[in-house]
Amino acid sequence: MTIAFLNLDLQTIADGIALGAIYALMAVGIGLVFGVLRLVNFAYGQLVMAGAFALALASQWGWPLWGGILFCFAVVIALSIAMEHLVFRPLRGHSPAVMLVATFAVAFLLQNIALLWFGSLGKIATSLAFLNRVWTIFGADVHKIAVVAVVVAAVCLGLVQFLLQRTEIGLHMRAASMDFATSRMLGVRANRVVSFAVLVSGVLAAVVAVMLTVQTPLVTPDFALRDTIVVLAGVVVGGLNRPIPATLGGFLIGFTTGLLGGVLPTNQSQYLPTFVFAAVILVLLVRPRGLFDLSKTVERV
Amino acid sequence: MTRHLEELVAPIALIVAAALLGTLATLSTQTYFVDTLVKVSIVVALYVFIGNSGVLSFGHISFVALGAWTAGVLSVPAAEKGAIMPNLAHFLVHRHVGNLTSLVLAAAVGGVAAFVVGVPLMRLSGLAAGIATFAVLEITHNLLTYEERVGPGQNAFSSVPETTGLRQAAVAGVVCVVVAFVYARSRFGRLLRATREDAAAARAVGASVYLQRLVAFTVSGALAGLAGGLYVHLLPVQVNSVYLDLTFVTLAMLVVGGSGSLFGAVVGALAVSALDSWLAVAENGTSLFGWHVDLPAGTAEIVVGSLMAVVLILRPNGITGGRELRLRRRPA
Repeated sequence: MTIAFLNLDLQTIADGIALGAIYALMAVGIGLVFGVLRLVNFAYGQLVMAGAFALALASQWGWPLWGGILFCFAVVIALSIAMEHLVFRPLRGHSPAVMLVATFAVAFLLQNIALLWFGSLGKIATSLAFLNRVWTIFGADVHKIAVVAVVVAAVCLGLVQFLLQRTEIGLHMRAASMDFATSRMLGVRANRVVSFAVLVSGVLAAVVAVMLTVQTPLVTPDFALRDTIVVLAGVVVGGLNRPIPATLGGFLIGFTTGLLGGVLPTNQSQYLPTFVFAAVILVLLVRPRGLFDLSKTVERV
Repeated sequence: MTRHLEELVAPIALIVAAALLGTLATLSTQTYFVDTLVKVSIVVALYVFIGNSGVLSFGHISFVALGAWTAGVLSVPAAEKGAIMPNLAHFLVHRHVGNLTSLVLAAAVGGVAAFVVGVPLMRLSGLAAGIATFAVLEITHNLLTYEERVGPGQNAFSSVPETTGLRQAAVAGVVCVVVAFVYARSRFGRLLRATREDAAAARAVGASVYLQRLVAFTVSGALAGLAGGLYVHLLPVQVNSVYLDLTFVTLAMLVVGGSGSLFGAVVGALAVSALDSWLAVAENGTSLFGWHVDLPAGTAEIVVGSLMAVVLILRPNGITGGRELRLRRRPA
């Protein structure tokens, strides 16, 4: 079933939506931490990379699937808690530029540790490979992982939204992301809120690690690095300061790259990063506060 | 202009000292010294914009890359061009220039590119500026990787004459320092630093934040282009050697030294380079105070990364505190 336009078929669209869904999860993970700490975590991709290596190691050791996924979650969560204590906490209150450069350093550090540990050739995670097969839905072939990714992302986003809107800690997180100082005065405990945001963002990174390894079973030290750069751009384009615009931005950039990557012939799709990042610059110029920010506040002296 | 001349003399003295130290080294270790001096030029270029404006840029390595491509394409001997760059555009195939001309052209291309990029981008600040300059780096890298009409694509720039020796690299480093010093002392530099300290107050006295940033961006782009030209004359540059890793290392140097001062930029570049080079040597096995040291490959990056994170956490203004070196003035 081919739609007679740009050889766009259902499979390409589904893959685009799946990539968008995965990027949306990464966007939420980055956005939650930014909300409470005003810190753009450049090293988020390395959390995903660590999780992916955990999966690869588990499948190499012949662990059952659930064991591998559990191991992946444990590694990513432990690493994100360590990151919070060793880097984010001492940096709290520094300027955003200093924090961005610092997480850039952490990203570089983790990537090189992985390089030292596992070598540049990487390892292969095979335990979830069965999700790469296709399902036939209404006569169209769709990768199982596309369906799984969309469902998992929807559930995760729903849970995060529930957490933010319906629980006390979520209320505290929303308050902290509006005005950290005032919310502290009103009894929000800073460390608890920050730790929780980092924890949730770590869980999301682990989920992303599981799903990305299905699409890219070869795990190398620069795994998820490019994805993080693209997601960061998407998040800033969407508008960093609120979760829903950030998620939309992440989804949009993932969907666009996934779709165009599938549709364009190779001699054009190799220039895809140029188009995507040119679009990012354009959006930033027209709407520096984000595509979906409708407020008209101007910084005042 | 003549007060506190030690602010100019101190960085130059450091560069000359590094070059002189390099003349004592064996030929194989001398490359590390030349590489260090080229990095000094890149970091000084970064300082001109980042240090004076306080705006982060991840995009400057684009201008280094463009400088390297300019000097490289025009310097590869005509006989070798077909092998390295089979798809080179017609008008570039028979062009060939000398060493000095290629460096001047590299600086010119870097400056023009920075101006063109800066015209739209200098409106942005903060995070948006960081991401937008990152986008510039991604675009440049992507285009240079696949655009084989202007360069070697994914091949390395082999057989470019290796003219960047200690003397040339040191002279270029000094040139960069002098330009950075004169710029920082000029009306433009002072106005830009005023906008860094308080944009609203600077606007109130008539400084155009946009214009001042654009001037600094162009000047630093030209210096970065020059450094790129030097780089391609030093080693066979390939598209990935002027990308994320170089961005990281040079930013680390600036931040570790202290982005607020020229002295900090030079000290940071020299200190991190010294550590980095020593570790690189140690990865192949060396001896220190009679101990045999043989580190696994990749240690250098890990140590530099940790150092950068630690300095940022403990001394966010760098090891010089972002101040120039000043000799104490004697009481009258």
